[in-house]
Amino acid sequence: MVEALMPKDLASALDLLEKNECLLFAGGTDLMVQKRSWSETIPKFDKPVMFLSGIKQLGHIIDHPNHISIGAMVTLENLLVSDLTPKLLKRCIAEMAAPGIRNLATLAGNIGNASPAGDSLPVLYVLDAMVKIQSKSDSRLVNIADYIIGPRQTILAPNEMITEIQIPKRYFTNESFVKVGPRRSDTIAKLSLAGVASIENAVVTEIRIAFGAVYKTIVRDKLIEASLSGKSPSALRELVPEIIDKYSKLIVPIDDQRSSAQYRHQVSLNLLADFIRSL
Amino acid sequence: MAKIDFVLNGKKTVADCHPAMRLLDYLRTEAKLTGVKEGCGEGECGACSVLLDHKVANSCMVPMANVMGKEVITIEGFRDTQKFKVLEKAFQEAGAVQCGICTPGMIIASESLLNVNPHPTDDEIRIALSGNLCRCTGYNMIVEAVLQAAREGEGLW
Ligand SMILES: Cc1cc2nc3c(=O)[nH]c(=O)nc-3n(C[C@H](O)[C@H](O)[C@H](O)COP(=O)(O)OP(=O)(O)OC[C@H]3O[C@@H](n4cnc5c(N)ncnc54)[C@H](O)[C@@H]3O)c2cc1C
Ligand code: FES
Ligand code: FES
Repeated sequence: MVEALMPKDLASALDLLEKNECLLFAGGTDLMVQKRSWSETIPKFDKPVMFLSGIKQLGHIIDHPNHISIGAMVTLENLLVSDLTPKLLKRCIAEMAAPGIRNLATLAGNIGNASPAGDSLPVLYVLDAMVKIQSKSDSRLVNIADYIIGPRQTILAPNEMITEIQIPKRYFTNESFVKVGPRRSDTIAKLSLAGVASIENAVVTEIRIAFGAVYKTIVRDKLIEASLSGKSPSALRELVPEIIDKYSKLIVPIDDQRSSAQYRHQVSLNLLADFIRSL
Repeated sequence: MAKIDFVLNGKKTVADCHPAMRLLDYLRTEAKLTGVKEGCGEGECGACSVLLDHKVANSCMVPMANVMGKEVITIEGFRDTQKFKVLEKAFQEAGAVQCGICTPGMIIASESLLNVNPHPTDDEIRIALSGNLCRCTGYNMIVEAVLQAAREGEGLW
């Protein structure tokens, strides 16, 4: 039977990680499904498991002058009821799973799972969320887009863990999150789009767009975004065909049972057009 | 193996088990609390719902390690309360119970909702129960039952 570690504080957790390569376990709503075994038997873990739930230091949501910091064990439901959670993130969490899962699942787990269909990811990408990674001797802050490098692949080293997620405080005049899935909640997104923009004096000064579940990772392209800012909303509306063309090349969905690649491609471009036209 | 301290239906409990054992299995096989059902085992159906620190949670997703220091209430523990009686009566009168498989989970999820929102709307009830599947009733009667319980249990939640 695999070893289980249940550290009571962060220092001992990081200490243990230096000596053991572990599977980090947060709410378990991905891991209990992925490692599921026969009913009434212990899930099949191939490495020692470190349960993070006993680490009190990871349960915070703190309001800093320039960012909100969210501890790695904060649940989706905690975020849904907190006044500190950015509106767009709340809107997205409201469409994730059902309360019985949201009371267990963490934001860090959604990031750590690194699924291209992780619903919080497009929102975290457009908000430029930073992932704080700690090991016993080091601590680094990485942009979410650099943290996730492929489906279920991240840059996390074996002796590290995510300790918090930092979301910069920014006010946008326009914010949108759309998830297209077979049911309202309780489902893995077929595809999703998060968009934010700031419009001042009829000029789009900044625009950020991220697509979920249409490529190996979330798709966000800062060069395209830069080419769109500085224009008026009406100028952008006229450019919709060209904008679609630019993103079209980046959207290369994997064909799976959830919906055909072609369908996803088309629908995500429609969502893009809707977002631009809504500005 | 590890010793997991927690409170189960109001009683201090020490479970001597593997930390990765599912709470669902502990409840059914060790604690003999069989009101908690296994439907899908994948977090999708809600038949295994319990209250974990007074909030609904799917016990098939919870390893015992994550129960350490927490309070677990199953339908058996909830049964002794006035709130349960109000919910039970409303479920019966609204015709919200047919085969009954989903009922313990529905009642637990309703309690979790009413705890934070004693006067829910139709839509709020549907969202709160969205993780609990029912193959028999078509949900309208269940929503009706929760609305009735909220009315008749005025002041309890
Ligand atoms: C019924 C059901 C419905 C669901 N619906 C949705 C949905 O609508 N949208 C959606 O996006 N997801 C959904 N999910 C998936 C899941 O709930 C989410 O991905 C959730 O956020 C995972 O969080 P967790 O804490 O449960 O992760 P865990 O299962 O504990 O961990 C997930 C991964 O993250 C890693 N990890 C956890 N914590 C850390 C850390 N501190 N540092 C580094 N790595 C870490 C783990 O090692 C693991 O690889 C659903 C799951 C179920 C069972
Ligand atoms: S058995 Fe747990 S949700 Fe179905
Ligand atoms: S009453 Fe049969 S599943 Fe709900």
